[in-house]
Amino acid sequence: MSERINIQKTYKLYIGGKFPRTESGRYIKWADKKNSTVVNICRGSRKDFRNAMVSARGAVSGWSSRTAYNRAQILYRVGEMLEGRRDQFMAELTLQGLSKKQAEKEINQSIDRLIYYAGWADKFQQIFSRVNPVSLPYFNFTSTEATGVVAAIAPDDSSLLGLVSIIAPVIAGGNSIVIMASESFPLCSISFGEVLYTSDVPGGVINILTGYRSELIDHFSSHMDVNAIIYCGDNEDDKKLVEMNAALNVKHVIQFPVQDWAKDQHQSPYHILKCQETKTTWHPIGV
Amino acid sequence: MKKVKTWEYSPAPESTDHIQLKDKYDLFINGEFVPSSDGKYFDTINPSNEKKIAEVAQAGKADVEKAVASARKAYDKTWSKMPAKERGKYIFRIARLLQERAREFSVIETLDGGKPIRESRDVDVPLAAAHFFYHAGWADKLEYAFPGRTAKPLGVVGQIIPWNFPLLMAAWKLAPALATGNTVVLKPAETTPLTAMKLAEIIQEADLPPGVVNIINGAGETGRHLVNHGDINKIAFTGSTDVGKYIMESVAGSGKKYTLELGGKAANIIFEDAAIDQAVEGIINAIFFNQGHVCCAGSRLYVQEGVAEEVIAKLQKRMDTLIVGDPLDKNTDIGAINSKMQLDKIKEYVKLGKNEGGTLYQTSCSLPKKGYWFAPTIFTDVSQSNRIVQEEIFGPVLAIQTFRTVDEVIAKANNSPYGLSGGVWTDKGSKIYKVSQDIRAGVIWANTFNKFDPASPFGGYKESGVGSEGGIEGLSGYVNLV
Repeated sequence: MSERINIQKTYKLYIGGKFPRTESGRYIKWADKKNSTVVNICRGSRKDFRNAMVSARGAVSGWSSRTAYNRAQILYRVGEMLEGRRDQFMAELTLQGLSKKQAEKEINQSIDRLIYYAGWADKFQQIFSRVNPVSLPYFNFTSTEATGVVAAIAPDDSSLLGLVSIIAPVIAGGNSIVIMASESFPLCSISFGEVLYTSDVPGGVINILTGYRSELIDHFSSHMDVNAIIYCGDNEDDKKLVEMNAALNVKHVIQFPVQDWAKDQHQSPYHILKCQETKTTWHPIGV
Repeated sequence: MKKVKTWEYSPAPESTDHIQLKDKYDLFINGEFVPSSDGKYFDTINPSNEKKIAEVAQAGKADVEKAVASARKAYDKTWSKMPAKERGKYIFRIARLLQERAREFSVIETLDGGKPIRESRDVDVPLAAAHFFYHAGWADKLEYAFPGRTAKPLGVVGQIIPWNFPLLMAAWKLAPALATGNTVVLKPAETTPLTAMKLAEIIQEADLPPGVVNIINGAGETGRHLVNHGDINKIAFTGSTDVGKYIMESVAGSGKKYTLELGGKAANIIFEDAAIDQAVEGIINAIFFNQGHVCCAGSRLYVQEGVAEEVIAKLQKRMDTLIVGDPLDKNTDIGAINSKMQLDKIKEYVKLGKNEGGTLYQTSCSLPKKGYWFAPTIFTDVSQSNRIVQEEIFGPVLAIQTFRTVDEVIAKANNSPYGLSGGVWTDKGSKIYKVSQDIRAGVIWANTFNKFDPASPFGGYKESGVGSEGGIEGLSGYVNLV
């Protein structure tokens, strides 16, 4: 009997709840350190990003108008699905260079982070909303509302935990997101799309692209239908470019330096607040 | 429609006897009034008669340097070291002094900016004092505003404010910045510098440590020096979206923070089941308050078809009773347009509206010969793509459209790059919640319009800005949470 041939996975993009290849037909060769595994990663294009934006915009009103309880359960479900796929992520994280121990820690923390934000999804509004004591005979209250569509450049050095730490607070708050996965370690970011696909997250709420940062940052930050742009990294030129492009349509700019995402201080309801608007409503009191 | 005969109002001018104005105002830097380094002064005029009121020092680059250096020194040496409760007491003191001199400030505000005395007396000045009073109390209570985090001041803040609510905007900016422990360089608008300079006198009287607040005057050039200064930690700006974008580009890569309160084109929505007479009064207030020089003005009116004819007829009738004229007269509803530049812009838009095919209705009130005036104006027969529907005019000009369904009007209301405010008029509570949730804007007035309070956050979505002012949300723009 001959030895069994492995079935290798094709890494694709995750857009609108589907796994298309890049429309550009371009690819990036990715190999592990030992060069034992070589895969072709999609080199996402401007057009891919624009397609993802259409999906994200289409999904946001439905997602933001779901009950907070429902969003919380779906985030919890993502955690459940990730828990069930530990082996797949172990394999990919170790292929990307982590030790078994490090990979296990990263998976555990990623699951815990999803559960953390699942718990916030139906509470952060209570923390950040209020009734204001105005000096006029009016009932006046302030509440949070999703900003809309968020474009994000995920941390490059933390392919799963970093990705989850950016996505979770954004969607807990009712936004949709188009996120560019780690360029250096793209494997498990794409596999995370498979987790999402089986987690009741509506198509289009989370979209994941791979490719070159240097190519995509400009498109992510200049698109006129993006409401907020998240940039993770320390490249001063990139940061400046993102801020300049944000001015085109007054996007919110949120930046995170290269940091150890494992630390508890990097999870917070204030992260949810970064992609929230403040709405204040007035109504007269009288008979 | 038959014109209703009404009694004439006798003139009821507010006295200007008790106000103290100097012929010349210097810069307020490091607790002292100092001339500008290059000796340049510009005139500030009364827009209701084009007469010069005073001349004001124009800050150049050297003066901006001086003001920022003085703010930095005050931050390092005194303000950031002072116990928070003491900081608060200074701000309370400013609030009190402003209340005591409220009438004087109202009169000067009206002289310098052209707004009716009734508004400066009942809205601008009392609200300015209220902003100082409200924020003063926050100074030593910030740990309750941001649970789980510690709020640290940013440092030196540069603040640039517009001419439509000169004193109120100064208070709106200064009070939260000071309460959270920052020091400030404030630049008022070049057409309305006087009440800010009077406020500088109060700040001096209140014995605020020198350099905590510095006030410098000038136009765009002065603002540019301030925005681009290397030792500023944050820019807070209220004004046009174009300038807001310029500021975002200028500070890109510098690490400076910013809060931007920019333009607006608010949808004011009247449903068939609204209390029509109240709604008509609300439309008037929404668009003609402060001559329409209001970023959150209800400048797009959407009336449900069934009541459109009635609402427009009643609106025209009510417009005819508006008193346009001497801003110092207590009966005046609509004062002078703030500047010639703004008047030209409004005229340009009205011409454009006519060219675009809109039907114009203007009241036939007589306008004073001298000064800058514009009669209350509405346009019907306009469509969503017209420029007078899309762009901010910042004057007493209203664009009216009709609608049939809730979904339709929400789509129309949100079809704008702006998202500052919105209005909804209906007697049905559930509809208010539905519509106010679906309008993408930061402030929603339901069965009312243009109400403000220091405890109530104010800020825009989309191209109307970044961040809020007022309330706890306003504080967050002036702190780092660690």
